[in-house]
Amino acid sequence: MMVAYVVLDGFDLGVGILHPFLARTEEEKQLMMRSIGPVWDGNEVWLLAAGGTLYFAFPLLYASAFSGFYLALMIVLWLLIMRGISIELRMQMEIGVWRAFFDGLFFLSSLLLAVFFGAALANVIRGVPLGADGYFFLPLWTNWRVGPDPGILDWYTVIGGVVALVALALHGALYLVVKTEGGLDQRSRAAARVLWIALLALTVVSLPATVFARPDTLANYQRYPFALAVPAVVLLALGGIWYFSRRSDDRRAFACSCAYLSVMLVGAAIGLYPRLLPSSTDASRDITIQKALSGPHTLHVGLAWWAFGMCLALMYFVIVYRMFKGKVSLEGGGYGH
Amino acid sequence: MSVTALLLHRIHFAFTITFHYLFPQLTMGLALLIVVLKTIAIRYKDDRYNQAARFWSKLFAINFVIGVVTGIPMEFQFGTNWSQFARYTGGVIGQPLAMEGVFSFFLESAFLGLFLFGEKRLSVGMHWASAFLVFVGSWISGFFIIVTNAWMQHPVAYRVLPNGAYEVTSFWGLLTNPWGLLQYAHNMSGAVITGSFVMCAVGAFYVLENQFAEYGKVFLRVGVIVGLISCVTQIFPTGDLHGRYVAKHQPAAVAGMEGLFNSQRGAGIVLMGQPNEEKQTIDNPLVVNDVLSFLIYGTTHGEVTGLDQFPRDQWPEPLPLLFFSYHIMAGLGTYFVLLMAVAGFLLWRGKLFRTRWALWPLLLSFPLPYIANTAGWMTAEIGRQPWVVYGLIRTSDGYSKYVSAGNGLFTLLGFMGIYAVLSILFIVLVYRIIQKGPEVTGTGTASTGTSMTVA
Repeated sequence: MMVAYVVLDGFDLGVGILHPFLARTEEEKQLMMRSIGPVWDGNEVWLLAAGGTLYFAFPLLYASAFSGFYLALMIVLWLLIMRGISIELRMQMEIGVWRAFFDGLFFLSSLLLAVFFGAALANVIRGVPLGADGYFFLPLWTNWRVGPDPGILDWYTVIGGVVALVALALHGALYLVVKTEGGLDQRSRAAARVLWIALLALTVVSLPATVFARPDTLANYQRYPFALAVPAVVLLALGGIWYFSRRSDDRRAFACSCAYLSVMLVGAAIGLYPRLLPSSTDASRDITIQKALSGPHTLHVGLAWWAFGMCLALMYFVIVYRMFKGKVSLEGGGYGH
Repeated sequence: MSVTALLLHRIHFAFTITFHYLFPQLTMGLALLIVVLKTIAIRYKDDRYNQAARFWSKLFAINFVIGVVTGIPMEFQFGTNWSQFARYTGGVIGQPLAMEGVFSFFLESAFLGLFLFGEKRLSVGMHWASAFLVFVGSWISGFFIIVTNAWMQHPVAYRVLPNGAYEVTSFWGLLTNPWGLLQYAHNMSGAVITGSFVMCAVGAFYVLENQFAEYGKVFLRVGVIVGLISCVTQIFPTGDLHGRYVAKHQPAAVAGMEGLFNSQRGAGIVLMGQPNEEKQTIDNPLVVNDVLSFLIYGTTHGEVTGLDQFPRDQWPEPLPLLFFSYHIMAGLGTYFVLLMAVAGFLLWRGKLFRTRWALWPLLLSFPLPYIANTAGWMTAEIGRQPWVVYGLIRTSDGYSKYVSAGNGLFTLLGFMGIYAVLSILFIVLVYRIIQKGPEVTGTGTASTGTSMTVA
């Protein structure tokens, strides 16, 4: 579910990051908003549903991580609020200042959210100072070092944030290439090329940084050699983005970007397995799947309705994306918007 | 120190949930009313009702957005501010919360998009269906939240695991918690009251102002009829049954609500007064004899348990707030029935649209259901104290120990600031929509449907 969230909400975050750079006219700004208008809300629901699922399936992890990352999470909540209203309220008034304000808010909140999500993942990889009772509390930053007394932001997690920022911006650019025409389409292509080079460089930097921050990430890859397919797929997906973009096969390029994001997450999960939230101080305090899992009956029941609900959700998504497929234009009825 | 942190976490949750619920109650009420409008439009081929539905869907959309963005923090606050509670109860109440996301939010977000953006692309029937599914989604969402709350009020179908956490034993039992079903009926009826009062107020405004009066009459007709039905069901049967159930399972809460310090046979009901905790009396009481016993037991001789039967550390607190919340809720509920009965009578006689003395209270009363719904929730939540899960986990054991009072206050102030801005934006936008009125070519060109007026 986290993968679904990142792949789906990722592109509308990316559109937000690119918004001030690619759109030159009011019409183009509207087009960019329209391309995500009917779907961003549904994409964000994945985050909520994932949060809820985390809550019932791994209550300990939910309680520990959410209270420990308290400040960062609250800031993420504020950003989600600001982003939501800037998308929805922008069109409500035909006043230049009003729209410019929400454009700015949309850009800033999208950008910071991407950074925070990347940093969050990096925090989980690096580990947190878990106490004996399974709790911790991290300030936003301390000395910016990956040490025994880390903050939510240090040099490693900032790299994670920047990787996420560039990856999601690229994801958004590729989405725009699929959904738009003319000047916007051309500029999105150009942006995608620049972002692709940046992402390649960052991906290459982030791998040794991860090994430095958490040396035992490689253990699982040594134990299960088939997991080495993960980095291979990461590189393949990156190559695919370049290859298909050059040939103007836009859908495949976007699909490769989806694959890249998914496999980066899967790769992190494999590196951590069976840990969900490792301790940075004492390995015996790691929150593992075993420790955090809910009771058997809860999981049994949960899995049943969850599978059913996911099928329904997928069905809705297919319907909505089919309804709004193709390039966006400014024609067609807005109902109440 | 710890008291401050506990109090701040309570205020943090109370503030964010109270502000949040101002919006979903209108969402759920209006969702039903929009379906009603669209149904009438199709059934009687009356385009005024279609136009009315378009108008309300604009208000609905803004209201929905604020509801969504203020709702996201709620789901996360269990973990951030109430981690100890979350850790032990996740196996039970995490389920309905996750189900809300999976079954309701996906449905709502998917079909709201179709409903708002797709009128031209969809057939009449399909567009009606998308409105209907938005309604269903929002009401399912309410159901799962009530199931969650009902378990905290009246835990059923659970067992304790070796590590001290709770686990659900019967999923069906959790969903059909009798407390939850009663609370759901009472709550949804309350949401419909909010929706219909808002619709009546806009209608009364248009009629009194003699602008868009045709639509004003449509709003009043639908609003008064739906309002009358929901105001009656709010008291009987839902309020009555729910009250008796609370009296049976949370007697301390009822004693606190009624300000009954000493157990009494033939207990009277206090209509007004101020609870005095030191002297354990009600100051300036206005009492009707025997009524409380009658309401709970159906006989004036029943003995109602007073607070004296409970140790002091099991009294709901803050007690005066519980007393006032309950009395505000019940008092307003009574007023709603009277107002709607009068308006309904005038409507039936065909005089409502000319009776200015009845239109004025219909215009001015729209804030009151918000107050009544909030007061009702405060009654439920304070009545449950000092427990976060009734009889199982104390509120003082549930909060996040490592989130200091300073951090709690920091984010509380942050939320207050953001929500203040949201309120202003909301009021400005709603004011503009009402001012422009329903005679807008909502299906016109351009993405800016709201910007095209026909004066």
